[in-house]
Amino acid sequence: MNIVVLVKQVPDSGAERTLSASDNTVERASANNVINEMDEYAIEEALKIKEAHGGEVTILTMGPAGATESIRKALSMGPDKAVHVQDDALHGSCAVATSKVLAAALGTLNADLIIAGAESTDGRVQVMPHMLAERLGIAALTGARKLTVDGSTLTVERQTDEGYEVVTASTPAVVSVWDTINEPRYPSFKGIMAAKKKPVQALALSDLGIAADEVGTAGATSAVVDFSPRPPRSAGTKITDEGDGGSQLVAYLATEKFV
Amino acid sequence: MAEVLVVVEASQAAGVKKVTLEMLTIARTLGSPSAVVFGDAAAFTDKLGEYGAEKVYVAAGSDVEDYLVAPKATAVAELVKSAQPAAVLLASTQEGKEIAGRLAVKLDNGLLTDAVDVAADGTATQVVFAGSGIVKSKVTRGLPIVTIRPNSTTPTPQPATPTVEQLTVTVADSDKLTRVVERVAEQKGSRPELTEASIVVSGGRGVASADNFKLVEELADLLGGAVGASRAAVDSGFYPHQFQVGQTGKTVSPQLYIALGISGAIQHRAGMQTSKTIIAVNKDAEAPIFELADYGVVGDLNKVVPQAADEIRKRK
Ligand SMILES: Cc1cc2nc3c(=O)[nH]c(=O)nc-3n(C[C@H](O)[C@H](O)[C@H](O)COP(=O)(O)OP(=O)(O)OC[C@H]3O[C@@H](n4cnc5c(N)ncnc54)[C@H](O)[C@@H]3O)c2cc1C
Ligand SMILES: Nc1ncnc2c1ncn2[C@@H]1O[C@H](COP(=O)(O)O)[C@@H](O)[C@H]1O
Repeated sequence: MNIVVLVKQVPDSGAERTLSASDNTVERASANNVINEMDEYAIEEALKIKEAHGGEVTILTMGPAGATESIRKALSMGPDKAVHVQDDALHGSCAVATSKVLAAALGTLNADLIIAGAESTDGRVQVMPHMLAERLGIAALTGARKLTVDGSTLTVERQTDEGYEVVTASTPAVVSVWDTINEPRYPSFKGIMAAKKKPVQALALSDLGIAADEVGTAGATSAVVDFSPRPPRSAGTKITDEGDGGSQLVAYLATEKFV
Repeated sequence: MAEVLVVVEASQAAGVKKVTLEMLTIARTLGSPSAVVFGDAAAFTDKLGEYGAEKVYVAAGSDVEDYLVAPKATAVAELVKSAQPAAVLLASTQEGKEIAGRLAVKLDNGLLTDAVDVAADGTATQVVFAGSGIVKSKVTRGLPIVTIRPNSTTPTPQPATPTVEQLTVTVADSDKLTRVVERVAEQKGSRPELTEASIVVSGGRGVASADNFKLVEELADLLGGAVGASRAAVDSGFYPHQFQVGQTGKTVSPQLYIALGISGAIQHRAGMQTSKTIIAVNKDAEAPIFELADYGVVGDLNKVVPQAADEIRKRK
């Protein structure tokens, strides 16, 4: 099976994040950038399917030059090769434009199965997998906590607020995964060394037949008009339990009219 | 006044979800609210009218209901073309965002997710980066397609008598590629839904076992709240994943959030720090959760929580 995994590089969610003062896009230059956590689960799932059914795993990333670091890291887990869509004009692209670019790149890759993370930690938009399915006219099975591959039939347990839904489709398809689906492997030393030699194909917008003004800040379908940090919360009362901590807690609840 | 489409979140079991009433409340400030219901709407019409829906569009039938997301997006896209609404509001839930994404591609239109408010001119207010920043943004191509985060506003009634219109949706074959074969509800009792609850009581690794989570549930039930969990508690198998609060779980914004045995890691705070009032119980006085708690108790949750539960029972 020919599998493409979508990997996005994002600012580390464990650190302070902000928007760039000059153009209100996500500040990536100064941030500590990492692979979007959910995408590691997508990579793991792809590798497991390859191990069971054979085939090839390709990483696809749209992002700035610095994203190569995350691509190598992804490759060190085991995928065969990568495609990096990189173009200065892409800076500040909205989700609609990003989906146009990724769909065009996917068009060159002839994938049976495209696996993405269910959401990215920077935007948390959760829209990309369905946007791509819409553009490519293929099935989308999103929010998977379990994926079964049986020939060309895919079955997913899709996590919902109430429980789950069982959904099924034939390849080609886009699947997006939550972190409940598996436990991503750590890259081995051998994997890290091998990743350095794996092919990474660079694609520019011109290779995809997309004009510069269709993407980036120029082609954005939405704009940030204002950004302000939210005032941090301050600590309130803190008591130490000396036998009546529970009662005091309820007394507080009562003054706040919760009981 | 132009229509504003509100894509309804509801289930036959739970009825119209609170986020739908919030969307109707916001929609009234933008135009004339029209609710869009997928499936049987009979049980929902009164409630939608109570909160100001002037119209209820119904898209039902197996073509719409038996496939994942795509037919719903097609139905809304057709409606946008015929009704020319001023805006489309959807819930910031998995499915709401997915419909919004497809709709944006179909209409080549911008979209904004996770808004807590929408101004009359379509400018949306979004809380970003785990609650540490506030962004105001606008759709610059097409009409505002905005997803609204649950618990963003207080729903207020404004009774209307909606007209009900059945839609005939032309669903393309490419919309019927993913079939829903089963919908399974996992037991959750009578507690309110996590993202919509006005009180959430969450337990962390400090709760120490699945069995001991009954302390968390008991306090939640006494307060009429929902139960949440930290990732460490979920990863340790103490509580199911769909109740995880945080960066990779649910974002909650209740009136009251009680954190029991949770240290307050940045990824946990990401999902709860916009809560109105925060209470923490932790035996470590240095735990970072106390930095954002309005009221903190340094102590053993196994002592503090049962005592609090008794005290609440006494006051009832
Ligand atoms: C990319 C990424 C995404 C993540 N997403 C999430 C997420 O969505 N949600 C989330 O919660 N975490 C998330 N995490 C994990 C997060 O970093 C923390 O590891 C996690 O929140 C810790 O959970 P905890 O507070 O329950 O456990 P701990 O940090 O172990 O804290 C347990 C606390 O319980 C206290 N305690 C112990 N016993 C008692 C007792 N008897 N009485 C009172 N207090 C007691 C201890 O003092 C301690 O403070 C994520 C991490 C990463 C890297
Ligand atoms: N620029 C990108 N490059 C590669 N994959 C992406 C990109 N943006 C989003 N994705 C994929 O889409 C998923 C959902 O992202 P989002 O819709 O932004 O929350 C991510 O987990 C990635 O797998």
